[in-house]
Amino acid sequence: MKARVTITLKPGVLDPQGKAIEGALASLGFADVNSARQGKVIDLDLAATDEAAAREEVGRMCEALLANTVVERYDIAILS
Amino acid sequence: MKSAVIVFPGSNREPDAARAIRLAGGDDPVMVWHTETELPAVDLVMVPGGFAHGDYLRAGAIAARSPIMRAVADHAGRGGYVLGVCNGFQVLTEARLLPGALMRNAGLTFVCRPVRLKVEQTTAFTTQYQRGTVVTYPTAHHDGNYRADDETIARLEGEGRVVLRYVDNPNGSANDIAGILNDGGNVLGMMPHPENAVEPLLGSTDGLPLFQSIVTSAEAGEATPPRRPLLDRLINRNVPPGA
Repeated sequence: MKARVTITLKPGVLDPQGKAIEGALASLGFADVNSARQGKVIDLDLAATDEAAAREEVGRMCEALLANTVVERYDIAILS
Repeated sequence: MKSAVIVFPGSNREPDAARAIRLAGGDDPVMVWHTETELPAVDLVMVPGGFAHGDYLRAGAIAARSPIMRAVADHAGRGGYVLGVCNGFQVLTEARLLPGALMRNAGLTFVCRPVRLKVEQTTAFTTQYQRGTVVTYPTAHHDGNYRADDETIARLEGEGRVVLRYVDNPNGSANDIAGILNDGGNVLGMMPHPENAVEPLLGSTDGLPLFQSIVTSAEAGEATPPRRPLLDRLINRNVPPGA
């Protein structure tokens, strides 16, 4: 089973890299970008076959390591 | 004073940490590899700078989950001193031994220069400084932008746990915070490098009193921290006027 974890900064947390992306897009002439936020994607290939169990296990991984919940939040998608 | 310096794959300031401890009058530190599960009996555990595990995932994230960190947390829980510098500070926040997080520098550039810092508090780590003194330590980091929610920042400020503050903020840290203490007063994390300001050849000796402070505090047997602001406040509130 494949899972995708998307980690983003919580709203309100300063994102200097997102700001740099905003600036670069503006300099390329993309004038209608209100804001950009940068995050990360982690793809996991799991031995689990039960979707609910996989989702729960990946949630534990996020809490234990993958996300720093002080400043980040995470979203889990089961891909297949 | 007996001490241990934790070494992760990618640490690089551990010899500097050990040298600073020796110069301040501490015994030769024991270097402890990250896969160990126990610490020797020590007064101070230092988590040094570097790029543990290549800073992959997040700076300090993987190191904070190393086997040795459980022993470091136990040491801290017993009131033992812990000092985290630079990557070590990142490791301590990731290990939740200190609140908040260290994010990418606001200017996005790696900051590598001496910075001026105000010593804001007299703590077990700063007894050898006059409160309010401005010192110069080198910095070398990409992720030194200290962030925490407003409530945490207010609590750190209110409880006198902001020990070092930048005079000219190099990285965008909230409230110019450069170094903070845990609520027990025995765990200190900071981005700048006091261990690289301990002898004239390095251009500054301003960092030496920090290590001398720890040696003095440890040898005075202050295993438990001298100040407990929350408890003090509670006690004072219950004292009737004029008592």
